[in-house]
Amino acid sequence: MSEAVIEFRDVCNCLANGREILRNLNLDVSRGEVLVLLGRSGSGKTTALKLVNRLLETSSGELRVEGRQVRSWNPIELRRHIGYAIQEVGLFPHYTVERNIGLVPSIENWPKEKIRTRVLELLKLVGLPSDIISRYPHELSGGQRQRVGVARALGADPPILLMDEPFGALDPLTRADLQREFLTLQRELRKTVVFVTHDLHEALFLGTRIALLDEGRLVSINPRDGFLSSSDPLVMKYVEAFSGLDHIRGLK
Amino acid sequence: MNFWNFVSQNRLEIADLALEHLWLVGISTLLAVAIGIPLGILITRRPALHKPVIATANIIQTIPSLALFGFLLPAPWIGDRAGRLAILALMLYSLLPLIRNTYTGIRNVDPAVVETARGMGLTDSQLLFKVELPLAASVILAGVRVALVISIGLATIAAAIGAGGLGELIFRGLAMVNNSVILAGAVPAALMALIADTILGWLEKRFAPQRSN
Repeated sequence: MSEAVIEFRDVCNCLANGREILRNLNLDVSRGEVLVLLGRSGSGKTTALKLVNRLLETSSGELRVEGRQVRSWNPIELRRHIGYAIQEVGLFPHYTVERNIGLVPSIENWPKEKIRTRVLELLKLVGLPSDIISRYPHELSGGQRQRVGVARALGADPPILLMDEPFGALDPLTRADLQREFLTLQRELRKTVVFVTHDLHEALFLGTRIALLDEGRLVSINPRDGFLSSSDPLVMKYVEAFSGLDHIRGLK
Repeated sequence: MNFWNFVSQNRLEIADLALEHLWLVGISTLLAVAIGIPLGILITRRPALHKPVIATANIIQTIPSLALFGFLLPAPWIGDRAGRLAILALMLYSLLPLIRNTYTGIRNVDPAVVETARGMGLTDSQLLFKVELPLAASVILAGVRVALVISIGLATIAAAIGAGGLGELIFRGLAMVNNSVILAGAVPAALMALIADTILGWLEKRFAPQRSN
């Protein structure tokens, strides 16, 4: 197996009141793979994701990024090393598309020309026309906004990408488009991706491996092909919930 | 003597008093901005301070203005000059809308925007100056607008302690039971408030962020 970029070792996360959100998580993310964290709401998948870029802190256990404990990273440096895209996108409404995508490069003092080139390159990469560069977020459609969000996460070319249900708020057709484009993109870029979703179809479509979380615990971790045939009762339950379409057709 | 006659015969004095009025309001508002906005930012960073700071500003706001001028009279240095005292009192009254609006403006920035900004590796000061303050600007300006309009009105009372301003004419008119003299102070003050309100309202709109839905 290839080198682990992110390593969870007995990682726990507790709230101030002592409630455990994440219990003894052990997990490796290998370079270049898309690891999907699958689970229902409240399973701890988003928490696990935010521990990686230190938006939340590990209560106990060890979490390493590129072989270094996250606690020994400067949080700002760590985050610039990791792209971050979320369902609500969170584009800066007062910035144009260009400044949104180019913000981290500009903070890192890239020369103006290089930023412009990078922004145009990224727009092309996520399938947006270059004339969109001077528009504001409110002038974009939901799908365009999420594409800009992904482009922004890739801004300074981070080797790691964290994605929290990035396509969750889109209509099914747009979502399918973006999922396909994401796969094409990933084949080209080979980033190390941690992808959070509750959608089994999305997990099966995008994931190299799928980790199922439930109530803060890792239930199972399978390569994509092994997931459906897993004999774990919780996995089977999850799969069952998603095969409900036949059941609806049966009602007619 | 009717209003227009009085105004035209005393236009130089009225202009002087209006300038004095503007001076009191301008300096006190600038001081309030310089203190209130940082305080508002501080209480978004230190939530434990939110209640005591807002409560203090609230209490100040409830003190009747004439009483506040009186309270401050014995203060050293401040009490020596009526102008200083008036500026301090007006500044104190302006604090609440500035602190509150700065706090509210920053807290109302879309949490998703703040989260991604932090997730992208913005430092706390980059987050504040590049994201939070620009997005809160119109709400903060609304606070300046309220503070300014209140100050222009309140500054008329400063004449009671001899700080000058358009209130001088109002008090003189009251003593003389002469409506024209009262109006010569009140009308310019009202106009000043209207103009300030219009200008700030326009600025507020200019800085309003386009909302993405």
